[in-house]
Amino acid sequence: MNEEQGGGPGSPRAIVVGHGEFAGGLVSAVGQICGMADKLVVLSMMGMTPEDIESTIREQLDRTGARVIFTDLPAGSATIAARRIVKEDPGIVLVSGVNLATLLDFVFSTAASPTEAARAAAERGKASLIVVGR
Amino acid sequence: MAIHLYRIDDRLIHGQVVVGWGQPLNARFMVLVDDLVASSEWEKELYRMAVPPEMEIFFADVATAIKDHARYATDPRPGMLITGDIGSMYHLVKGVKAIGSVNLGGIHHRAGRTQKLRYVFLTADEERQLRALEAAGVEVTAQDVPSARARPLSEVLEGESP
Repeated sequence: MNEEQGGGPGSPRAIVVGHGEFAGGLVSAVGQICGMADKLVVLSMMGMTPEDIESTIREQLDRTGARVIFTDLPAGSATIAARRIVKEDPGIVLVSGVNLATLLDFVFSTAASPTEAARAAAERGKASLIVVGR
Repeated sequence: MAIHLYRIDDRLIHGQVVVGWGQPLNARFMVLVDDLVASSEWEKELYRMAVPPEMEIFFADVATAIKDHARYATDPRPGMLITGDIGSMYHLVKGVKAIGSVNLGGIHHRAGRTQKLRYVFLTADEERQLRALEAAGVEVTAQDVPSARARPLSEVLEGESP
């Protein structure tokens, strides 16, 4: 499991986990755009069993106090692991299908609860998908 | 069309299976053979939500999968069958006697396992079961994604050079 904080001061508010270097790439882009990568914890699940993925996400939630998990694919093993965690702790929020617009909205959010911040960010992320051309 | 892929993958349904294999095979159904998942409505719902709407999913324990295999194999749609461990696939193949090839897709590190490939770790018992399958005429290869080379069991058991 690769893990990094994104650098800089601040307390992480969400875990970002996905295939390959997906999470690191997205969080790096957040850092480049607004310097707020430290709000996000990067996890890669390469080479891990489902049990290891789940326990590593749990460890990072406990360590950081983050209450939101962003994953890439609805069918991904990180999403499966996160759904198991949410089942046991309904205070944790899962957003699958994360993109850069979602994360940017989230790190700037002033919403009172992680759930509100995650829902608003997901809506922004959906709206950012546009098709141009005939 | 029958079942195009018999895969052992401890992550069961995930991106590599649904997208990596499912799309090129145009898979329209998936058989998830796992005793634990088959016994839990919550587990079944968890995996049902992970497959795209155009893909039907069937859940079965090993005994049921043996009984129903002929029905899966004669389904006119292309399909895939997944087990989460070598033991389940071993018993399925022995029980069905009509499975010609098995794909090792992801068997990750656990206590007692030795690394063979980046995504294949095996215990001595698991090695024995795979050798027994091959001795019975089943082609056993390791291939995580379709674009990778299918590695024969003999090469897998030799392990990867560092």
